[in-house]
Amino acid sequence: MAATAHLTLEEIRKGLSWRKQLDKLFIAIGLALLFGCLGILAILFFDLVRDGSSRFGWDFFTSFPSRKAENAGILSAAVGTMLIMLVTALLALPIGVAAAIYLEEYAPKNWFTGIIEINVTNLAGVPSIIYGLLALGLFVYQFNFGQSVLTAGMTLGLLILPIVIVATRESLRAVPRAIREAAYGLGATRWEVTKDHVLPYSTGGILTGLILGLSRAIGETAPIITIGALSFIAFLPPSPVTGEFPFLNFEWLMSEFTAMPIQMFNWVSRPDQAFQANAAAAGAILLGMTLAMNAVAIWIRYRFRKKISW
Amino acid sequence: MSKANSPIVTGAFASLRYRKNRDRIIELILLSAGLVAVFTTVAIVFVLFYESAAFFEHVPIRDFITDTMWTPLFADARYGIMPLVAGTLTVTGVAVLVAIPVGTVIAIYLSEFAPHHLRESVKPVLELLGAVPTVVYGYFALLMVTPQLQKIWPDLPGFNMLSAGLVIGLMIVPYVASVSEDAMRAVPKYMREGSYAMGATKMQTALRVVVPGAFSGLAAAYILGISRAVGETMVVAIAAGMMANLTFNPTEPAATITAYIVQVSLGDLPHDSIGYQSIFAAGLVLMLMTLVLNVIGFFLTRRFREAY
Repeated sequence: MAATAHLTLEEIRKGLSWRKQLDKLFIAIGLALLFGCLGILAILFFDLVRDGSSRFGWDFFTSFPSRKAENAGILSAAVGTMLIMLVTALLALPIGVAAAIYLEEYAPKNWFTGIIEINVTNLAGVPSIIYGLLALGLFVYQFNFGQSVLTAGMTLGLLILPIVIVATRESLRAVPRAIREAAYGLGATRWEVTKDHVLPYSTGGILTGLILGLSRAIGETAPIITIGALSFIAFLPPSPVTGEFPFLNFEWLMSEFTAMPIQMFNWVSRPDQAFQANAAAAGAILLGMTLAMNAVAIWIRYRFRKKISW
Repeated sequence: MSKANSPIVTGAFASLRYRKNRDRIIELILLSAGLVAVFTTVAIVFVLFYESAAFFEHVPIRDFITDTMWTPLFADARYGIMPLVAGTLTVTGVAVLVAIPVGTVIAIYLSEFAPHHLRESVKPVLELLGAVPTVVYGYFALLMVTPQLQKIWPDLPGFNMLSAGLVIGLMIVPYVASVSEDAMRAVPKYMREGSYAMGATKMQTALRVVVPGAFSGLAAAYILGISRAVGETMVVAIAAGMMANLTFNPTEPAATITAYIVQVSLGDLPHDSIGYQSIFAAGLVLMLMTLVLNVIGFFLTRRFREAY
C-alpha cells in the first residue's frame, strides 16, 4: 500500500475531524476561563454580601467608627468619600475635557504636542501610590493643604485625568469631519465649531469617561493612605451648604477626613473577627457602587451610540 | 471711505476680529489644561528626586543597592532595597503566571471564535474585573483565597505572597485580554482568509497566523499587565504581610515596595525623618521599574498599530 506516501481520503477526513475536535476543545477552554473569571467576580460579591449581611442596617450608615465592632459605622467615611469625589470631578472634568479638546481639535502635529501626548499615556500607567507620594511631597508639605479633603480630591483628580482625556478624545474623534466642515463653511470659528457642534455630539463619551474615572477614584486606597488619611474620624466636615448668606461654605475643603476604602482597609487589617464583618459590609457597598457606576457608563455609551446616526 | 467700509460690513469685521481674538485666548486656556499633564509628570519626578536626594545623603547608594536587609524603622536601621524588590518581583511573577495564559486564551477566544454579540456583551463585563476596588481584592485574598489554599497546604502562613499574586493575576486579566484582543483584531482579515483557503481550521489560523501577526501587540499587553502588577499596592499590603523578607518563595510572607510605603504612611513619622524620606527612595525605584515597562509597552503598541 502507498499509505506512507499518499494519504487516503479516509485518513484526511480523520485528520480533519481531529483538528475540528481541537477547535471545539479550544472553544470549551476559552468559555470556561471567561466564565470562570466572571464567576469569581460573582462569588466575590455574594461572599461580601453574605459576610457583611449582619451589619447592613440603618445604624451602619449613621454611626461613626467605634472601638466596638457592632457599634461602628461608615457615616464619616461615606460623607468623606462623597466630598472627595466632588472635588475630584470638579477638577478632572474641566481640565480633562479642555486638554482633550486641545489635543484633538487645536494642537498642531509637532514635537510639543507629542510631548503632551506621551505624558498623558505615561501618566495612565503610573502606579496610584506614586500619585500619593506626589501629593504628600507637594500638596501636603509644599502647598500646606494638609491631610485634607482638598488634597485627597486633587490627588484623585490628577489620577483620573488620563482616563477622562482618553475617553473625551475618543468621542471627539468619532464626530465626522463633515460636521466640522459644514460649520466652518458657514463662517464659524474653531471654538464655535467645537462648542456648538462637536462637543454636543460627544457628551455621551465624555460622561462615560468621567463616570469610569470616578468609579476608579472611589475605590482608590493607596494614594489616600499615603497622604495620611486617618481611619478614626468621629466627626463630619463642616457642611458645604449653610443657612445664611452666601449659603456656601468652603471650610470642608480643609477638613480632615476618612473615606470608604480607608475604613474598609482599617477593618480588614484588624485581627478581630467581628471587624471583618464590618469590612465585608463596607466592601459590599463599595463594590456595589463601583459596579453600579460602571453599569451606568456602559448604558450611557450604548444609548448614545444608538441614538446618533450620522 | 469706500463702499466696502459701509457700517454693516465694518461691524461684521469687528465681530469677526473679536471672535478670532476670543478663539486665541480659548486656545491658550485649552493648551494650559494640556500642560497640566506635563506638569504632573515633572512634579512627580521632582518630588521623588528631591526627597530621595535627602535620603541618599544619609544612606550611600551602594548600601541601598547591595545591602540585603531593609529595616529603616528599627533601632538598627539597614537600608537595602533588595528584599522589597524581591517581594515585588515574586508577587508579580505569580500574577503574571495567572494573567498571561488566562488573558491570552480569553483574547484568542473573543477575537477568533466568539460570535459577535457574545463578544460585545461579555467584554464590558470582563472589564469589571479590573474595576473592582483593590482593597476589596485584598479582603478577597486574605479572607477567602488564603483559607482555601491552606486546605491544600496546611503549612501556608496566613500572610503569603502566593494568594496576593493569584488575586492580582485575576485583577489584570482584563488588561491583558483587552489589549491582546485589540492587537489580534488589527491583523487583517485577508491573512485569515488565506489561511482558511489552505484548509486550516480556526485554531490553526489563530495560533499560526493571527498570534504571530499580533506578536508585538501581545508583548505590549503582557508588559502593561506586568507594570500593573508591579505597582499594585493594597492587595499585597493586606494579604502578603508587611515584613521585608529577602526571598523568592511565594509561600512566604514578604513586603513589596508598595506595601512598605503604605506601612510607613500608616504610622506617624515626622516630616524630616529618614523613615519619611525612605518611602520616596522606594517610590523612585518603583517609578523607574514601571517607567521602563511602560516605555517598552508604548513603543510596542505603536508598532502593532502601524504595522498593517
